[in-house]
Amino acid sequence: MIEIRWHGRGGQGAVTTVEMLSQAAIAEGKYAQGFPSFGPERRGAPVAAFNRVDEKQIKIRSGIYKPDVVVVLDPTLIGLVNVTDGLKDGGVLIVNTAKSPEEVRKSTGYRGTVATVDATKIAREELGVPITNTTMLGAVIKAVSPIKVDSLTDLLKHRFGRLAQRNMTALKRAFTELNILKAA
Amino acid sequence: MAKRVGMEVAIAASEAVALCNIDMAAVYPITPQSHIAEHLSDIVADGRIDAEFVTVESEHSAISCVAGASATGARVYTATSSQGLMLMHEILPIVSAMRLPVVMGIANRAVSGPLNILNDHTDIMSQRDCGWVVLFVENGQEAVDLTIQSFKIAENKDVMLPTCVNIDGFQLTHMVEPVEFPDQKLVNKFLPPRKPYATLHPDKPVTMGTFAMGDIFPEVMKAKDEALKGAKKVVLDVFAEWKKMFGREYKLVETYKTEDAECVFVTMGSMGETAEVAVNELRKAGVAAGLVKIRLWRPFPFEEFRAAIGKAKLLMVMDRAIVHGGMGGPVSVEIKSALYGEKNPPAVHDYIMGLGGRDVAVDDFEAMAKKSLEAYRKGVEKDYEFYGVRG
Repeated sequence: MIEIRWHGRGGQGAVTTVEMLSQAAIAEGKYAQGFPSFGPERRGAPVAAFNRVDEKQIKIRSGIYKPDVVVVLDPTLIGLVNVTDGLKDGGVLIVNTAKSPEEVRKSTGYRGTVATVDATKIAREELGVPITNTTMLGAVIKAVSPIKVDSLTDLLKHRFGRLAQRNMTALKRAFTELNILKAA
Repeated sequence: MAKRVGMEVAIAASEAVALCNIDMAAVYPITPQSHIAEHLSDIVADGRIDAEFVTVESEHSAISCVAGASATGARVYTATSSQGLMLMHEILPIVSAMRLPVVMGIANRAVSGPLNILNDHTDIMSQRDCGWVVLFVENGQEAVDLTIQSFKIAENKDVMLPTCVNIDGFQLTHMVEPVEFPDQKLVNKFLPPRKPYATLHPDKPVTMGTFAMGDIFPEVMKAKDEALKGAKKVVLDVFAEWKKMFGREYKLVETYKTEDAECVFVTMGSMGETAEVAVNELRKAGVAAGLVKIRLWRPFPFEEFRAAIGKAKLLMVMDRAIVHGGMGGPVSVEIKSALYGEKNPPAVHDYIMGLGGRDVAVDDFEAMAKKSLEAYRKGVEKDYEFYGVRG
């Protein structure tokens, strides 16, 4: 089982992303959960959302405290939220930032695999808005492959209609532009 | 063909309602039930089902409205949570006394105060004695299946009682997970149109919900009690028919690795699945742990419960509510009643946990088992404990 924690700000689409990721995994015949951090959420405030993906039925219904993967949609959260809290030593930290993985390793102190991509730049260029959730989904697929890119085609169409193709382009760009620094 | 999709459980519950050929629904939105209200309203507005969605101004109106519609012979649905359920309270025993087969989804949530929107079972427990059939589900699939089954249970001529399906708020309602929807044609076969015993109609006037004094009121209460107790058999029949048609098996009390279990967890609702993982972990560590999950809360399945616990010497009851000033949580109180007069009954340790959304993880179950076994082996009496609570 792979457990993923997403950090974003209210309105950046973290919840939408966990929903799409779990739906894509389920469409592939896998088992998955996608859920928000329970409770009130406000636009702009730090939020978290979660995924579990497994080949067999998932029975655990508690929160995720020791994720395998942490995704940071908004680089301004680093330092504000302890994004590496509970992240497994052999895990993966994926950050939307223009900085290199080496710089992120230094600022977070995380010794596992660190991956970075400038998703805000990609999203601005491809979508015209700095909403990075689908772009970062591409980064996650590249780094840990919980699902296949093709499994998202129908879901993106359903969710974004005529903007689906642009989201897919952004997602695929993150796939190729992700910089990965293996565990130290 | 049944189709398997990834869907939020609250949405899935409303899709299940849409399969049931309802005539009307009145649902007042409240967190964490809101997605049921919103999605069901969408389904009706999009013309996917031929039903009336009545937008009401409160939960008191919602339950009154569905009660009225049910009295005309309609198949009806409502859903709520927490304060909304408590606002319905005045009407709930009337619906059961009038023998109206209303089906209600409850997205379980703590009751204020302090204000809290997260899960526990205080809401339904505060309405425990209203004469409704009360079912609990563990996951999204069960939310779908039991919602459909509820109409068949409620409308059965030997039951004719309102039925509610308890779906843990957030833990279930806000979870995207795989669910399989039964085929509409098969649901139509399983759940034919309602055949009401009597209906309100201007051409054939009848009186329902009348005034009753001491000369007849106790008879009504007795009839309601007997009908509710008798509902157990109908629930069993409905589960059996469901298994035959859709393959998934349901029991009044589910068991997990109880055959040789020395200590057994007792749960209701979504925590049952996490507890299964804890049982596996405990067994790896050499503890003969088991699990009993109560699905039918009212009428309480006493015989089935006693059979389910087998030869366990120690029960660890997980209560997501408290009976203030009583003997612990409502589930343990019920279980102690169930065991009264039994020869060599097991010790019952009650843990009040998961209140107001406090998370309960696998290691919490393990910690409770460890505590209970230590006390049990030392022969220490233990009644109830607020697990992991400061102060």
